[in-house]
Amino acid sequence: MPRLRQLTAKLSVGISLGALCALAGCAGDGAGIESQKLATIKGRGTLVCGVDGKLPGFSFVGPDGSYSGLDVEVCRAVAAAVLADPNKVEYRDLNSSERFAALSSGEVDLLSRNTTLTLSRDGAGGNGLSFAPTVFYDGQGVMVPVASGIKGLKDLAGKPICVESGTTTELNLADRMREINAPYTPLKFQTGDQTYAAYLQDRCVAVTSDRSQLAAKRTSFPNPAGHTLLPEVLSKEPLTPATVNGDPAWADAVRWTIYALMQAEELGITQANLQAKLAEAKANPNLADLRRFLGVEGDFGKQLGLPADFVVKVIAAGGNYGEIFERSVGVGSKLKLERGLNRQWKDGGLIYSPPFR
Amino acid sequence: MGPAPLPAAPPWWRNRRLLPWLIQAGVGLVVLVLVAFLVGNLVRNLTAAGLLLSWSWLDNPAGFDLAESSIPFSASQPYWLGLVAGLVNTLKVVLVGLVGATLLGTLLGAAAFSGNGLLRRLARIYVELVRNIPLLLQLVFWYFVVFLALPNGLQAWQLPGLVLAKSGLYLAWFGKGLAWQAPQLVDGVWQAPLRLTVEFGALLTGLVVYTAAFIAEVVRGGIASVPQGQWEAARALGFSPQLTLGRIVMPQALRVIVPGLNSQYISLAKNSSLAVAVGYTDLYSVAETTLNQTGRAVEVVLLLLGSYLVIDLLISALMNGLNRLVQLRER
Repeated sequence: MPRLRQLTAKLSVGISLGALCALAGCAGDGAGIESQKLATIKGRGTLVCGVDGKLPGFSFVGPDGSYSGLDVEVCRAVAAAVLADPNKVEYRDLNSSERFAALSSGEVDLLSRNTTLTLSRDGAGGNGLSFAPTVFYDGQGVMVPVASGIKGLKDLAGKPICVESGTTTELNLADRMREINAPYTPLKFQTGDQTYAAYLQDRCVAVTSDRSQLAAKRTSFPNPAGHTLLPEVLSKEPLTPATVNGDPAWADAVRWTIYALMQAEELGITQANLQAKLAEAKANPNLADLRRFLGVEGDFGKQLGLPADFVVKVIAAGGNYGEIFERSVGVGSKLKLERGLNRQWKDGGLIYSPPFR
Repeated sequence: MGPAPLPAAPPWWRNRRLLPWLIQAGVGLVVLVLVAFLVGNLVRNLTAAGLLLSWSWLDNPAGFDLAESSIPFSASQPYWLGLVAGLVNTLKVVLVGLVGATLLGTLLGAAAFSGNGLLRRLARIYVELVRNIPLLLQLVFWYFVVFLALPNGLQAWQLPGLVLAKSGLYLAWFGKGLAWQAPQLVDGVWQAPLRLTVEFGALLTGLVVYTAAFIAEVVRGGIASVPQGQWEAARALGFSPQLTLGRIVMPQALRVIVPGLNSQYISLAKNSSLAVAVGYTDLYSVAETTLNQTGRAVEVVLLLLGSYLVIDLLISALMNGLNRLVQLRER
């Protein structure tokens, strides 16, 4: 049997190498450390991105079939960095119980689906994911009908609460309710649609999820003003894109693409002034930081297995982090969320890119 | 004239004893190689992702609550107990569902032979309508459209000792100190010693209604297999139609019905895993939560596969026993 395993392993390696060569051209230009995932994506010509697909502001399919939202913009940014085209993304709608299997089986290259970064999901003894930088700092909330008169968690004792199964949410709820010694009935559903349908049908007196998600879902309710969020925040929910463990080069490419969005905002580079900033960088050799960031000099792109000017392509695709935030979930959008914790670190928020150098 | 010379032994590739054996061995080898490849692939991928099979997590505290459980369970208890609670809930709905589907299915199957044309046609329409709509859709219909449309609180449907509300069916039963206790409204919420949730109700209704349509066809086929002469002979002897069906036709039809029933029962047991769509806490639902909290996909799926396999093998064994009982015994 070991010989057989060796043989099949050799065969599959041989076949995949051959296929990769055929697809990628086997140029051998020594372009940094090429990850297997990056090579697969470049060969395929599209990035397969796992999203929710039903969450306004984060990932939502419009009537014309196009995707929009913060999670979608992350997919677009990564596609712009890897394939030089933000539109070369194939979206897969995943529910919260499918998402990790889809990622670990290679069904999707990147999971950008309002997923909370937790130890058990990160650690190799748990789900074994590799998390990128957090793109949205959130907290768990509870939504109730205004007419119910419920003012806090304590009022929910003995009552049914709707929750999506397979989320950190159901664990946090159990913890908090145990703390305040309030027994309750958790009604768990497989999809967000079923969860919110049961809530809207009055099967449960409350529904719990990330505060941003509750706000997002509320916009699609028949009567959004009839529902309110309780003041309590049950947990920290850092919503973070993830890749599968075992391909550090691919994880790095995703990580620094997202940092590029944040760094661009910090440097004041927007979609509108990008070309001007680029011209300025090219003209002035003294602007070393800007030149390195935009790939005018240095080899940052090469170190990640990406084109030298990947940052330019990323910002050209959708602008910097702040622009994406405002457009998707910010005060100017339907969701009307404040920047809050998601401000740049200089403004007292948590959005912070390590140095590009 | 001596005896004709014995024909020469055929070459090995035409040997009727060797050939089937060789083909079997070949197929067996292919299966083995395939399984070895798949298992090898799994182990290689799990190792690459830094995951190795382990069962010790089963003793860790689950950290989640269950909406309903027939055994005491809370978040501080281990995963394995949660999974057992889910299994008990699955068995509960499967057992009640089997009885319900058998009763309804048999009535519908027998109705196909009724002298009443309206009854015959209604049974036909039921079967055609129900078995051609996906079960998941039917479950969602029963839960969201029918059961969740029930009124709540004071508006709930009330009969003496029985209340049907959006939150469930409440029945009078013996409460503390064996005192008879009727359902009562406390702070706008119904309370009763005996309560069935609407999630259980929706799943049970869906499974019974759906499976009964198939059982009706099995029963109809069984009855139709009994020769017409048996009916005629019974009528000639002055048997009533009910008596003919019960004493003459059914015992003979059972030989055909029982094997077909077996597959329907197994289907019902497997279909119960759609519970998660209507919020019922069955084995699959608990396993899904467990899988997501622990990341132990392979282990949890193995447990699930094993559990459903054992349930189905049990049903099969019981039905095979029943089958031996009803088969024609020649003395």
